[in-house]
Amino acid sequence: MPKGVLSDWVERLQRHYRVVGPVEKHGQYVFEELTSTDDLCLVYHPTVLPPKKYIVPPRETLVNYRLDGTHIAANINVKPTVILGMHTCDIHGVKLLDKIFDTGFDDQHYQARREQTYLVSIECLDTCTDDSFCRDMGTASATDGQDLHFIDLGEAYAINVVTRKGERLLEGFHHAFDALPSDMNRINRILSEKWARFAYRLDFDIYLLPELLEKSYNSDLWNELGEICLACGMCTQVCPTCYCFDVTDEADLALENGKRVRRWDSCQIHQFAMVAGGHNFRERLAARQRHRFMRKGKYQMDAIGMVGCVGCGRCASSCLVNITPINVLNELYARDMARKGVELMDREVLA
Amino acid sequence: MKRMIEELRQSESIYMPVPARIAEIRQLTELESLFVVELPHDVTLHHVPGQFVQVSLLGVGEAPISISSSPSRSNGIFELCVRRVGDVTGAMHRLKAGNMVGIRGPFGRGFPVQQFRGKDILFVAGGLGMAPLRSLINEVLDERGNYGRVIILYGARSPDDLLFREELGEWSEREDVELHLTVDCPDSRWEHCVGVITTLFAEVEVFPRNTAAVVVGPPIMYKFVIRELEKIHIPKGNIWLSFERRMKCGVGKCGHCQLNHLYTCQSGPSFAYSEVEGLQEAFS
Repeated sequence: MPKGVLSDWVERLQRHYRVVGPVEKHGQYVFEELTSTDDLCLVYHPTVLPPKKYIVPPRETLVNYRLDGTHIAANINVKPTVILGMHTCDIHGVKLLDKIFDTGFDDQHYQARREQTYLVSIECLDTCTDDSFCRDMGTASATDGQDLHFIDLGEAYAINVVTRKGERLLEGFHHAFDALPSDMNRINRILSEKWARFAYRLDFDIYLLPELLEKSYNSDLWNELGEICLACGMCTQVCPTCYCFDVTDEADLALENGKRVRRWDSCQIHQFAMVAGGHNFRERLAARQRHRFMRKGKYQMDAIGMVGCVGCGRCASSCLVNITPINVLNELYARDMARKGVELMDREVLA
Repeated sequence: MKRMIEELRQSESIYMPVPARIAEIRQLTELESLFVVELPHDVTLHHVPGQFVQVSLLGVGEAPISISSSPSRSNGIFELCVRRVGDVTGAMHRLKAGNMVGIRGPFGRGFPVQQFRGKDILFVAGGLGMAPLRSLINEVLDERGNYGRVIILYGARSPDDLLFREELGEWSEREDVELHLTVDCPDSRWEHCVGVITTLFAEVEVFPRNTAAVVVGPPIMYKFVIRELEKIHIPKGNIWLSFERRMKCGVGKCGHCQLNHLYTCQSGPSFAYSEVEGLQEAFS
């Protein structure tokens, strides 16, 4: 697709869908509904919130009712939405959410919204921030999960049609052409060359992560993190794979109608694991930080075969006391190595 | 008759409560009442002892409550023993017979009743732990021939805090039930043991080879009771526990009930001690 016709395509989409994409705002990037296609920014560093917010909204009504019980109905009400310009790390995030909300009990609210959401990703050709570690997490590219995948070729975008849903987005649009063998060579060259620009930032291979965390369950590092963590919950709010939620009832002022609402919750805040009698099953900050890392790096791997972190680095960028997964995981690894009696000096020589 | 959980799975939303009627409310203690709940006529709860339901009150919220009645006595109704302690349970205690509540469930894994067949069963209940245990106790008593000895150790704060006193009276008169009671704060008429639940272990002799222990009580109780059970050599796989946790969804999504890697609402709330032994968050 020549770049010149991108806005035509987006405007066509806008006739049928809510179209959202990364736009610049106050020096940062956010996913927002596009009012003008000029706002769409396809070269950007991670948005403040991941596009997860369109699939798992920060606040969502599950059930509407009359307080006297004469009426109660599930609220499933979906806006067909196209998300443009998703980084592949965020695609991996959605793949994990899909797995969670489809496993065991179906979550019809999620599924309905997901069905009506079209994911269009763009290949990252360069690293974004110092906090990201997608190369380590294997999320610097994505072969599935998205419906369309864009690759920037300079004057045009190469588009990989991944699903039938993706095909639908291009139906009837005649300004995109089939790629020629020469285009394919160029695409492959661009893709192949990008890897040199993506550095590994963890000191160990990711397949070791679940085992490392298991061994580090009683590490002092969790206490050290607990000492500095503010329990603000920001790391989980900006995470593309966090999905924990609270459910509360709200009544209107006339006390006639009410609704049951779910909203994002965070395992980092004090009352997350507290029961009505007042007992808190995860009282200590250290235990809460540990739970976050264990869950992302081990529990989810064990339960669904996917690592619960996509390496986007948002939690690191947003942490007020600079708790970053790169530092935490490398420190755990270093301590584990030290425990094994391997001198740090040796590691540097080997590296 | 449709099973409640199937009704829920096939409904438009897994979060939609099924309306149910409070048929009767019996006050058990100052803080606890028994709610007799009636489901719509074509739906049956079909639960296993140890499972729980999410009870909702419109405008207030939802709370996970263990089922107190046994499947053997369900007959279109089920019972919830509820302590007045939070928002939802507080509002429940203001309900009258005839009022409606919402029910979702039954959720979670109950006790492995089949596995207990032929065994002596040692029930250890602390305080409100009697609420879920009563479901299993009555299930066992209604199929009494399937089990060996039935030993019940029950501890409460004071005689007035004992739940199901009528049934305790019946159990104490049965020859095939060994009931041992203790309270922390006795009154002048109290004739039984005084002290924490573990003091009752001195009163019973069990045959570890053929005993299953089922323990439910406040968080602090578990490690002390487990220590006693290990002293008398009950295998870890034959010690069953039930855990309270915060639960918002009941269906393994919301994350609140996680205990290390386990979702209490899915893998539990009933666990064999062998399954959770090394997990710090099980006994936090």
